[in-house]
Amino acid sequence: MAVVTSELVLEALQNRFGSALLTVDYPYGMLTLEVTPEAIPEILRFLYDDEILRFRFLTDLCGIHYPHQEGKELGVVYHVHSLENNVRIRLKAFVPETNPELPTATTVFRSANWQERETFDFYGIRFTGHPDLRRILNMDEMSYHPLLKQYPLEDSTRTDKDDKYFGR
Amino acid sequence: MSEKNLIHNQSLPDIQDYNTLNLGPTHPATHGIFQNVLKMDGEIILEAEPTVGYIHRAFEKIAEHRPFYQVTPLTDRLNYCSSPINNMGWHMTVEKLLQVEIPKRADYLRVIIMELARIADHLVCNSVIGVDTGALTGFTYMFQEREKIYEIYEEICGARLTTNIGRIGGFERDFSPKVWAKIKSFLKEFPAKYEEFMSLLERNRIFMDRTIKCGPIDAELALNYGFSGPNLRAAGVDYDVRVMNPYSSYQDFDFAIPIGTQGDTYDRFMVRHQEIIESLKIIQQAIDGLPEGNYFGKVPEFYLPPKEDVYTKMEALIWHFKIVMGETDIPVGEVYHAVEGGNGELGFYLVSDGGRAAYRLHFRRPCFIYYQAYPEMIKGSMLSDAIITMSSMNVIAGELDA
Repeated sequence: MAVVTSELVLEALQNRFGSALLTVDYPYGMLTLEVTPEAIPEILRFLYDDEILRFRFLTDLCGIHYPHQEGKELGVVYHVHSLENNVRIRLKAFVPETNPELPTATTVFRSANWQERETFDFYGIRFTGHPDLRRILNMDEMSYHPLLKQYPLEDSTRTDKDDKYFGR
Repeated sequence: MSEKNLIHNQSLPDIQDYNTLNLGPTHPATHGIFQNVLKMDGEIILEAEPTVGYIHRAFEKIAEHRPFYQVTPLTDRLNYCSSPINNMGWHMTVEKLLQVEIPKRADYLRVIIMELARIADHLVCNSVIGVDTGALTGFTYMFQEREKIYEIYEEICGARLTTNIGRIGGFERDFSPKVWAKIKSFLKEFPAKYEEFMSLLERNRIFMDRTIKCGPIDAELALNYGFSGPNLRAAGVDYDVRVMNPYSSYQDFDFAIPIGTQGDTYDRFMVRHQEIIESLKIIQQAIDGLPEGNYFGKVPEFYLPPKEDVYTKMEALIWHFKIVMGETDIPVGEVYHAVEGGNGELGFYLVSDGGRAAYRLHFRRPCFIYYQAYPEMIKGSMLSDAIITMSSMNVIAGELDA
């Protein structure tokens, strides 16, 4: 059996989803692919089901915000791990701020459930097909998504702290 | 003992009064701020709905506004039962970003501290399973031993629970003779006391009856739910970050990965028990093979120069100023680093744009991910089984809510 490496994973993905892969990079040795948001569930399903690749562990799922990337402001980063082959790869999908929607990964990984809720909570990214997309760590009444870059660390209405003393 | 069958054998009438029970958020048996709204039929749980976020402290937002070395105290407050592992996991993430080599001695010292932290974490978890099954004695004994580990931390860094131990680059000072004496006396005295504690529970009929087949999960489901650490190994998957992706020279040590077979509370208990034994072996090997050399690496961007140099040498003064004022150059890039935390794979996903603070920092908090499976694991079991299932999963409120 062939030793599964990042290059082999990339080749398999390129053969299958050639047009869905946008960029390929290896920051600090980890294969990082930017893919189209619609293709995410199919790619994860393919990686999961493939008998050789066997990416059956969703390590991490989180959001990221780049306010200056026109049309691709919000991103979701997936880390998947093939335990048998010990290969980790990273997938990224970007969506526009005006309509932050992409399909859910809960159809492949149950662990995506809360992680997608967390991403929705902090970035407002909506995962279509998610069974129960609600806020998870913040209170339900909150009217904004706090990890977006436009929001300052502290509530700007506070008057009890004077920033000039803290050099901020 | 699982009562799963009960639910299937009973023919429930269509219209029945179910009770709603609010377990938590401040119930003493939940050992933290966890709320579960349970739908009960008598004493059997039909549905559970966990609510999390009661102690959410916005660490990821704060981390985007703080220099890297000020993120270490935030990591303390994730899994506060094993803070040193979190601290060092974070330090290693930054070192990976900067691509610096750390001397072997610093690696070995880190291993000693991390394994002590693992012992402390597992001791709390295992003795609390005892408490929840009605055996308080073992808990009080084991807290005396945990106290000794905390005294070792205190001797190294001055703090006990939220340790902020070590620095990016290594340690701020070498271990003093007093630290070594404390570690050695711990290694000498602990095994006998631990054996005594285990003899109370390991083959105890009542304990075994309560924990075997309680809250089981099979390997495939556990992987799909993103389990890691002792909980995954109890289900029979031998995934350990220390072996799979060795960090901090773990490849130098000879240790086994204990695994269970049926993923129930007893297996989780026994996996933790075996891991304590393995951790003791690792510490002994690290002490025996401790290399000579420096206890910190060359990381001038973050490692403060010695104070006497700052007062007398120009270069040290400049570096000191640059570090404190945040003028150091940090590479642009993104890096994921994982360590084997007390309860699973603790990951740090760090995106740096070259600025003083992280552009994005995400903590992969193991218990946030595997706690999702809790409703499924307790469905159809008795309320008292749900309590020990939760304590055996080692869910830490601080880590859950970030």
